Amino acid sequence: MAITNFRLTTDEYTENFSDIHPPFENLTAALVEANRCIFCYDAPCIKSCPTSINVPKFIKQIATENIKGSAHTIFDSNIMGGGCSKVCPVEKLCEGSCVYNLMEEEPIQIARLQRYSTEKAIREKWPLFTRKPSNGKKVAVVGAGPAGLSCAHVLSRQGVDVTIYEKEAKGGGLMTYGIAAYKVTPEFCEDEVNYVLSLGGIEINYNQELGKNITLPELQSQYDAVYIGIGVGLARQLEIPGEHLEGVEDAISFIYDIRSKPFNQVKVGENVAVIGMGMTAIDAATQAKRLGAKQVTMVYRRTEAEMPCTQVELDIAKLDGCNIIWLAAPKEVLGVDGKATALVCSKMILGEPDASGRRSPIETGETIVLEVDMIIKAAGQMPFESLVSGLSLENKYGKITTDAHGVTSLNGVFAGGDCVNGGREVVDAVQAGKDGAAGILEFLSV
Amino acid sequence: MADISSNFLGIKSPNPFWLASAPPTDKKINVLRAFEAGWGGVVWKTLGTQVKNVSSRYSAVDYHGSRVMGFNNIELISDRPLDINLIEIKEVLKEFPDRAMVVSLMADNDRESWHELIKKVQDTGAHGLELNFGCPHGMTERGMGAAVGQDPEIARMVVEWVMEIATIPVITKLTPNVHSVVPTGLASVLGGTNALSLINTIQSVTGIDLDTLIPNPNVGGKSAFGGYCGPAVKPIALKFLTTIAQNEITRKVPVSGIGGISTWKDAVEFMLLGASNVQVCTAAMKHGFRIVEDMIEGLNYWMDDKGFKTLNDFIGKSVHTMSNWEDLDINYHVIANINQDKCVHCGLCYIACEDTSHQSITLDYGKPYNKYTIKEEECVGCNLCNLVCPVDDCITMVEHRKADEYMNWKDFQRLGLPLNDH
Repeated sequence: MAITNFRLTTDEYTENFSDIHPPFENLTAALVEANRCIFCYDAPCIKSCPTSINVPKFIKQIATENIKGSAHTIFDSNIMGGGCSKVCPVEKLCEGSCVYNLMEEEPIQIARLQRYSTEKAIREKWPLFTRKPSNGKKVAVVGAGPAGLSCAHVLSRQGVDVTIYEKEAKGGGLMTYGIAAYKVTPEFCEDEVNYVLSLGGIEINYNQELGKNITLPELQSQYDAVYIGIGVGLARQLEIPGEHLEGVEDAISFIYDIRSKPFNQVKVGENVAVIGMGMTAIDAATQAKRLGAKQVTMVYRRTEAEMPCTQVELDIAKLDGCNIIWLAAPKEVLGVDGKATALVCSKMILGEPDASGRRSPIETGETIVLEVDMIIKAAGQMPFESLVSGLSLENKYGKITTDAHGVTSLNGVFAGGDCVNGGREVVDAVQAGKDGAAGILEFLSV
Repeated sequence: MADISSNFLGIKSPNPFWLASAPPTDKKINVLRAFEAGWGGVVWKTLGTQVKNVSSRYSAVDYHGSRVMGFNNIELISDRPLDINLIEIKEVLKEFPDRAMVVSLMADNDRESWHELIKKVQDTGAHGLELNFGCPHGMTERGMGAAVGQDPEIARMVVEWVMEIATIPVITKLTPNVHSVVPTGLASVLGGTNALSLINTIQSVTGIDLDTLIPNPNVGGKSAFGGYCGPAVKPIALKFLTTIAQNEITRKVPVSGIGGISTWKDAVEFMLLGASNVQVCTAAMKHGFRIVEDMIEGLNYWMDDKGFKTLNDFIGKSVHTMSNWEDLDINYHVIANINQDKCVHCGLCYIACEDTSHQSITLDYGKPYNKYTIKEEECVGCNLCNLVCPVDDCITMVEHRKADEYMNWKDFQRLGLPLNDH
C-alpha cells in the first residue's frame, strides 16, 4: 500500500491524537502539586523562562486558591501562557532549572500548574486586563503568531490601536499550524487567539499576505509604526537526486495538513522516513505513526549527543515506536514511475566541531538503503528570504537584523520572533513580541 | 525488646497508649475494635446528665494541602443513656480484662449528683475515674466542664466530694482555657485527686466558609465556639504539661498527657516532659485505630536504641532542661554555616534573613543559580535560615562560644556588662 488516508478508524485517530500531557483533574490535585513548591527567592525557574513568568508567585496563588491572580501573573508576562504550558520544552526551561532537580526529586510540574489556571481563565473568559483609552496611535502588525499577538496585546493595553495582517485564515501562527496535534487542539488555539483579542483594540485581517495583498510601504504610510512577525516557514531542501519524486514532502506542510484538515483526510505512507532530529522532525515522525504508518524511521546524520530535540521529545518518538538511525545522511531518493521507493543514506562518522559547535559528520563511503514510500524532510527551516530582501530591510540570508527592542534598519519598522532569530521556541517569540512593543512604545512616545 | 507496659496509679495496661474520652470511646463496639487493634486502655466518653447533640459537629484546619492539622468539635458529653453505657463498660471489661478502663465523668455541681454517678460507675468494675473539668462548650453554660476547671476553688470542692466516695484512682482532667493550668491543678491535688490529665480542648473558631460566610462547623446557618485539638495544639499542650511537671506539688502526682499526639515520637516527647502515659484522639479519628501498631513498635525500637528498659527510665527526663530564660547561658553562641555542596540555591535562607532577621547572608547573583554565604560577623545564631532551608543538614549551626565561662542574664546585669553588643 502506498501513501493514503483513512488508515485508521475515527476512534483510533481520536485516541492517537488525544492530549499527551493531561491536565490536573481537579483543584485538589493542583493544590497538592502547588504546595510542593518551596517558593524560591529570585527563583531559577523565572530566570530560565524567556518571558520571565514569576513562577513561584503564580504557584503560590494556586496554592491559596487565588486562581484568577495566578492567571493574571502568567498572562502579564506571557499572554500565550496557556499555549506555552502545552508546547514549551519545559524540561530545558523552567522545570529544568527547578531546585528539586538538585535534590534529586521530581521538579515541580510548572507547566501543568500553568495550564491549570490559564485554561480555566481562557475557558471562562476572565477579563483580567483592561486597555487604557485609545491614544490615537495606530500600529500594523504583520503575522498573528505568538510574536505578533504578544506585541499587539502589550500595545493595546497601552491604548494603541492595532491592526494585524495574517496570511492564513486563522491566528496563532506556529501554535495553530506547526505543532503536533496531540499537544494543542485547533479549538484551544482558536480560543487562545480570541482570549488575546478580548482585550479590545486589536483587529485581525485574515488572508492578507505581505508582498501579495499588502506591501510594507503601504503599511508604513497608513500606520504610525509596523511590527513584522512573519516567522519562518520554508523547509530546507536536501539538494539530493530524486528529491522531486512523489512521496517526498516537507515536515512543515505535512504538519500544516494535520493541523488544518480532519485526521482521516491526511495522507501518510506505509513506510516513512523522516530526515532530521529537531522538534519538528519529532512532531512529523510521531504524527506519521499516529496517522497509521506501519513503520517510521528517523534518520539523523549525527549522534544522540548532538541532536537538537530534547530527551523528552526523543522518548515520545521512541514510545511511539519510531526507529532511529544515527549517523546517516540522505544521499539519494530512488523511485519507480515517478514515485519514491527508497532512500539511500550515507553512513557517517563524527569529525571536528563545526560552526555550530557540534561535531560535524563525515561520509564513510558506505551506504544503506531504506525501502520507503514516503520521505518527510525536517532538516531545518529557512526564513522567507526573497520576501524579506524585497522589503529593503537589513537582513542576513533572510533573517531580519534588529537591535534591542526589535528596531530594524527602517525607521518605524520593528521585527521579532522566528523571522529574526531563524526559528526558536514559541515562548521566545512571545518575548520578542513584548520587546518589540517596548520599542514601538518608546518610538511613539506612549 | 524493651518493656513498654504501663502502670498508672495501679491501673495496668500493656502499653502507655490510651484513647482519650471522645467519640472513639463512646460505645462498646468502638472500644472493642480499639482493644483488638492493640490500644492499652481507654477513657470512656464522659458520662453525666443527659444531653442532645447537634449536627454538624466537627470542623478542621488544613495546612498546605495536608488535612486536619487542627480539629474542632462542638459535641457534648455522651448522648447515650447512662444505663446502656454502664452495661457496655461491664461487658468490655469482661472481654479485655488486661486493658485499662477509665471512665470520664461530668455531673451537675452538687455533691449528691457526683456521688450517685461515681457509685454507679464503680459498680461496673472500671479501673479509674477521670473528672471532666475541661469541656469548653455547651456544658460550661451550665456551670460544668471548663467552668469548673477555670475556677480553682470550685474544682477543689468537686474533687473533695469525689474523693469522699471514690474507691478507685481519680484523674482530674484540666482545661487549657486559662492563663495557667497550675492553679486548678494545684487545687485538685490539694483536694485529693490521685492524678492529673491535660490538656482538654482549646476554645476556638477554625475558620469560615468563604462562600456562605458562615463559620465552621455550620449548624443550620449558625456556628459556635468549639474545642480545638489535633497536631496543631501539641506545642501548647507540652507547655502546660511542663508547668505541671515543674511545680513542687503538682509534680508529685502522675500525669496523663493529652494534646495532638499522633505518633510514638509525640508520645515520647510528652513522657520526657513528665507524662506517665498518653491519651490519643484526633489521630485515631483521622486514621482509625490501626495507628497504634506503629506507636507500639516505634516506642519499642526507640527505647531499645536508647537503652531504656522500662517507661520509668525516661519519664520526666527532659523536665530539668526546661529552664527560665534568665538562667540561659549568654556566652553560648552559634553561627550558621551553609554547605555549598548541598545548597540548592532556593534563596529561602537569604530572603528570610534579609527581610525578617539580621541581614547576615550574602547573595552573589548567577544564572540561573545564585550563591549564598553567611556573613559570620553579622549572624546572631537565631536558627531562622536553618529552619527554612529545605535540604537536610545543608545549613548547620556551628558553636562559637563568646567566652568559656557560663554567664546568665543575672550575672550579666550584676557585672554591668554592655548591652546591644551581640
